[in-house]
Amino acid sequence: MAHPSSDTHSAAPPHGFAFILRRALISAAIALVLFALMIGVRTEAGPTGVLIYWTRFGDLAALVGAVFVGSIIVELIRTFLGPVEIARRVPDGLRNGLSALRRFAVPALLVFAVLIPVIFYQQRYILDLSILVLTYVMLGWGLNIVVGLAGLLDLGYVAFYAVGAYSYALLSTTFGLSFWICLPLAGILAAFWGMMLGFPVLRLKGDYLAIVTLAFGEIIRIVLLNWQSLTGGPNGISGIPRPTAFGIPLTAGPDGLAARLGIPFSPTHRIVFLFYLILALALLTNWATIRLRRLPIGRAWEALREDEVACRALGINTVVTKLTAFALGAMFGGFAGAFFATRQGFISPESFSFQESALVLAIVVLGGMGSQLGVALAAVAMIGGFELFRGFDQYRMLVFGVAMVLLMIWRPRGLIGHRAPSVYLARRDAIAADLVKEGHG
Amino acid sequence: MTDAPAPPLLTIRALRASYGKIAALKGVDLDVRAGEIVALIGANGAGKSTLMMTVFGRPRARDGRIAFDGRDITHLPTHLVARLRIAQAPEGRRIFPRMTVAENLKMGADATEASAADHAVDLERVLGLFPRLKERLTQRGGTLSGGEQQMLAIGRALMMRPRLLMLDEPSLGLAPLITRQIFDAIRTLNRRDGLTVLIVEQNANQALRLAHRGYVMVNGEITLSGEGRELLQRPEIRAAYLEGGRQRA
Ligand SMILES: Nc1ncnc2c1ncn2[C@@H]1O[C@H](COP(=O)(O)OP(=O)(O)OP(=O)(O)O)[C@@H](O)[C@H]1O
Ligand SMILES: [Mg+2]
Repeated sequence: MAHPSSDTHSAAPPHGFAFILRRALISAAIALVLFALMIGVRTEAGPTGVLIYWTRFGDLAALVGAVFVGSIIVELIRTFLGPVEIARRVPDGLRNGLSALRRFAVPALLVFAVLIPVIFYQQRYILDLSILVLTYVMLGWGLNIVVGLAGLLDLGYVAFYAVGAYSYALLSTTFGLSFWICLPLAGILAAFWGMMLGFPVLRLKGDYLAIVTLAFGEIIRIVLLNWQSLTGGPNGISGIPRPTAFGIPLTAGPDGLAARLGIPFSPTHRIVFLFYLILALALLTNWATIRLRRLPIGRAWEALREDEVACRALGINTVVTKLTAFALGAMFGGFAGAFFATRQGFISPESFSFQESALVLAIVVLGGMGSQLGVALAAVAMIGGFELFRGFDQYRMLVFGVAMVLLMIWRPRGLIGHRAPSVYLARRDAIAADLVKEGHG
Repeated sequence: MTDAPAPPLLTIRALRASYGKIAALKGVDLDVRAGEIVALIGANGAGKSTLMMTVFGRPRARDGRIAFDGRDITHLPTHLVARLRIAQAPEGRRIFPRMTVAENLKMGADATEASAADHAVDLERVLGLFPRLKERLTQRGGTLSGGEQQMLAIGRALMMRPRLLMLDEPSLGLAPLITRQIFDAIRTLNRRDGLTVLIVEQNANQALRLAHRGYVMVNGEITLSGEGRELLQRPEIRAAYLEGGRQRA
């Protein structure tokens, strides 16, 4: 089914300004719906623990406006760059609300994400929350390679997040290596551990695989907890260096970035920098996944998920294929871990409990197992939702349980259960597919 | 045709294989020469599919020898057997249901080292053989009809540019017309491109007409072999496979 989705170029053939305007309006309308509650109403626990809230319709209007203008710009750029995709000859009736959402949500969300630090510059809380959400988006995209594409149910993903975090923490505090050197090292180390996990579980499937990976995640945590001399045990590691803008520290000192640029120092600079850092890392994960899906290795992952025996008969080395999936997924988890360590400045085994693995897995499953956009939306919904219900601490798990059950009834294959094809065809061949709607399976 | 001294491509000697304690192959000898179509027929549970799968290493050969193009492949891992460009359309078809038809075909192409341009040529050829697939390139494999899935399985195998194509009951569950189309396609590939084919069939009549040579398997052993049309005349074959109600295609 050739609906463009997050990971296709969803360009339509060039059209007049009326068309662009209409698309921008739809994008803005979707942004309004999406963000009405997230941005329009701000909730916070009051001094006595009761939930207080106030409205911020000004921000909401600014945001919707930004999405509107942003999508016009995106459309114009597309028009000038020319069409890059197969023609879509689908009757209008088939384009239901969801496929519309899919088409417009991507540019709208991207524009919005890039503009977050500009819009919310004064609101530290929103910036911190966005960084948290993006961290989970990245983790979701990383785990998606393993679970969504290769179909290997991994319940111990947090282990690689921990390996990345501890790699950076230890390398930087003991050897004084900079973040930019440690980042790839953390990724490589995590990938290595991904392979170490991969070897013993090569023959396992489904439930068995899940149990062993779960155990692996716990083992890593327990080792971190008990290897006092290296990891500091339950006390963790503190004083982890903050990231620098490629060597220039983001501090108030005379050689800090602010001083060099001749602007007044603000601690928010560092937050904004961290925001763009995790945004870049997350987009890198996404880009790599999209690229890999179109290569033989990416196809092999997906084929592996469907039929291992058939894969072997097609000359695929299933051992190598599985290990690369584990290693790559782990590598992105390791990047995210290094980011986590530098953001927090302090890490301890507590941050790497099974609950984190479960949360990331829930994001992937909820997102639709393999859909990049779905995973991103699920991360926003889950983490944002958690924050929204922070006031009702005892109930929020209950609310989430109910919400997830309802969602799984309503959309059993996740928010975006549709799978974007990875092989594209010449124009004339691409007709029939959209007419063949598949039921929920 | 069979008198031509073609070199043996696949040689199977005294092959034994078993599932646990159940012996499925009890010393099978079989040859497929280059450029030949060989049919393997036999009753349900005779061990025909097992023989095909044993070439791919699953189940493992307990005893005996399998050689391809002079090379011993008895204990070669499955994916390396496939990389010798031995392609199969296995029992149960085993296409990738969530992937599109185009992606399924691409999976076959990925197994070769041919260039993208060659893939495009191969794709055109396969789609020429099975025009129904052409209309459905972006449809998911799992939503194809049974016959279309069979065409896809054969098409995917052909995309591997096989030196030997092994087909396990390609006519299973297909309308007579479609069966004939598939058999015609195999004949064309053999005549035009010199493709070597080993075909397992229940449909003995059509298979033996198509094949240069045939083997009959009973209970894990080869009991008869000979030229296809000659086998068709044998009274024991007629009694067992043709006049028992399975005669009509
Ligand atoms: N995985 C397995 N485990 C145990 N026994 C098996 C297995 N696969 C096949 N067998 C047995 O091995 C024997 C040969 O099976 P095989 O599938 O090769 O028969 P076949 O000739 O292909 O039959 P059909 O025409 O029905 O496909 C049968 O008795 C079958 O029950
Ligand atoms: Mg069989």
